[in-house]
Amino acid sequence: MAMTATGVHHRSYTSELKLRATRAEYVRLALMGVLLVVLPFVLDNYWMSIANTILIAVIGAVGLNILVGYTGQISLGQGGFLAVGAYTSVILSDRMGMPTPLAIAFAVIMTAVVGTFFGLPGLRLKGLYLAIATLASQQIIEFLIRRDIGDFLTGGLGYINVERFGFLGFQVGGRDVFERQWYVILAILAVLSVMAARNLFRTGLGRSFMAVRDQDIAAEAIGVNLTRAKLTAFAVSSGFVGLAGALTAHYSEVVSWEKFTLQVSITYLAMIIVGGLGSIAGSVYGAIFITLLPVVIRNVANAFESAVPFLSNQLPAVQNAIFGLVIILFLIIEPRGLNRLWERIKEYFRFWPFRY
Amino acid sequence: MSTFVSVLAYGLADGAILALAALGFVLIYKATSVINFAQGEFLLVGAYMFYTAFVVMGLPLLVAVVVGVVVATLIGVLVERLILRPMIGESAISIIMVTIGLSSLLRALVQMFYGTNPRSMPAILPRGSVDILGATVPLNRLLVILVAAVVLTAFTLFFRKSRHGIAMRAVADDQQAAMTQGISVRRIFAMSWALAGVSALIAGVLLADISTVDQNIAAFGLLVFPVVILGGLDSVPGTIVGGMIMGLLIQATGTYWEAGLATVVPYIVLVLILLVKPYGLFGETRIERV
Repeated sequence: MAMTATGVHHRSYTSELKLRATRAEYVRLALMGVLLVVLPFVLDNYWMSIANTILIAVIGAVGLNILVGYTGQISLGQGGFLAVGAYTSVILSDRMGMPTPLAIAFAVIMTAVVGTFFGLPGLRLKGLYLAIATLASQQIIEFLIRRDIGDFLTGGLGYINVERFGFLGFQVGGRDVFERQWYVILAILAVLSVMAARNLFRTGLGRSFMAVRDQDIAAEAIGVNLTRAKLTAFAVSSGFVGLAGALTAHYSEVVSWEKFTLQVSITYLAMIIVGGLGSIAGSVYGAIFITLLPVVIRNVANAFESAVPFLSNQLPAVQNAIFGLVIILFLIIEPRGLNRLWERIKEYFRFWPFRY
Repeated sequence: MSTFVSVLAYGLADGAILALAALGFVLIYKATSVINFAQGEFLLVGAYMFYTAFVVMGLPLLVAVVVGVVVATLIGVLVERLILRPMIGESAISIIMVTIGLSSLLRALVQMFYGTNPRSMPAILPRGSVDILGATVPLNRLLVILVAAVVLTAFTLFFRKSRHGIAMRAVADDQQAAMTQGISVRRIFAMSWALAGVSALIAGVLLADISTVDQNIAAFGLLVFPVVILGGLDSVPGTIVGGMIMGLLIQATGTYWEAGLATVVPYIVLVLILLVKPYGLFGETRIERV
């Protein structure tokens, strides 16, 4: 439960609705902002590319958390929805000559529509049945892309090469500036997505999502239109996911089905579990943690290559094993994720020297 | 006609293995209401354990089977004790996710110790073939159906007649009522996981015998979901019927229509069933419509 710091008195609804009440929170926010600005000046290209991957993952994780964490609708179809966003955007921009930002916007809408369609079983099913239904949607979308009936998507190649991103005369440059320019674009979009999601849960719509998660029958009794709430949740969430998918396509400049498998859905679920279900900040922490995990393991394995050759010889297996272990341990030890851990640290210092 | 007979034989053999894999899944779901996404990995681990005992250590077949059963039981009990018991009372998403984490861990462990190359195993079932109505059907497929039938019958009898089986059904029906009757719910939970491990071991070994020992065994495990949704999540006879129907459907699609489609048809059927009859053919209808 969110606690109010000592000395904070709300005298108006406006002040009560504020997202941040104390100076410490503003300071932390400013620090985050400074960090975002400073990063491109201190990191090299390799780490910048990882930062960019993280920023895309943040958008996708926020989207998934809206659905799973806030509305309580489990989805294993993330990979499929990312694919819908990626392919729509690429086909519209590269093949039909639409300006790229417009194509990305259409991709967002398209993914929202597809997501809503596959959310339809959610009207009758809850919990585990819905999880299995979305598993099926993942398999079906993946199959459609792999088979690519009539070579409509990839022209028989199995992948599409994407033109370098650009709009209104601006064009992302070559190797030396590529990662940094993308960083600016992605950072702006990620910050906007986080803000949009954060504010969504101050509106009636966002609150109705949470009501559906906590007690759907009670929610209906107090006048929440369940059908509408669930379908909008699927639409809003898929919209974010579609954006992430379109950005993946334009950033990595190639689209193929291998990027959108069930494993991707699971990775995204791991992000929001590790970060914290039903928490926007948690989605960000989780995206950072899960994206960095294999990178860190790889670096550690390389550093100890002579001492423990097993690690680097079996790198993919070791990465997967630790990935699985992290999910299990988080769920058993701290089911509410990194966000809750962070809150506990803050509380410890706030109450110090008392325990509570 | 001959094509039809071979579709029948191959489909029923696949279906028998699917039914065995699904049996473990249903056992766990029935007793503990856990959706086990790691069922395919149980098959994988089972097949590799048997491979280790039979090929690597060179034990005689019967001893290898016993070793496999013991290890599968141990793994099942350990998983329940270490991973699922702390999760009691958590939300559906957490429990689903913990089994997904488990599946990732188990697959990675197998890959670490055995690599990704397929292993060949000396045939357990005889390799000959028989002629039925003009079709040449491999003997081992027929024996797979037979073995699965025997195992499934044994399991069904166990639930109907034995004390433990009846206790398991009682727990599945109502945990609190079972507890007041003096049934140890914890032991039943452990037992369901152990039995699931054993049935997955049998399925994994049969699958390995008609194909090879490799990571694809785990992918086969995902097909458990269409089977259990078709048969009903909490019905043991449902898994048998569901498995057979799904096996035949996959073979028929692959033979009469197109091989590629066979991978997706089960999931299309799955969505249709969920939309029309969410509790499957034999599932218990707990109406929770929203």
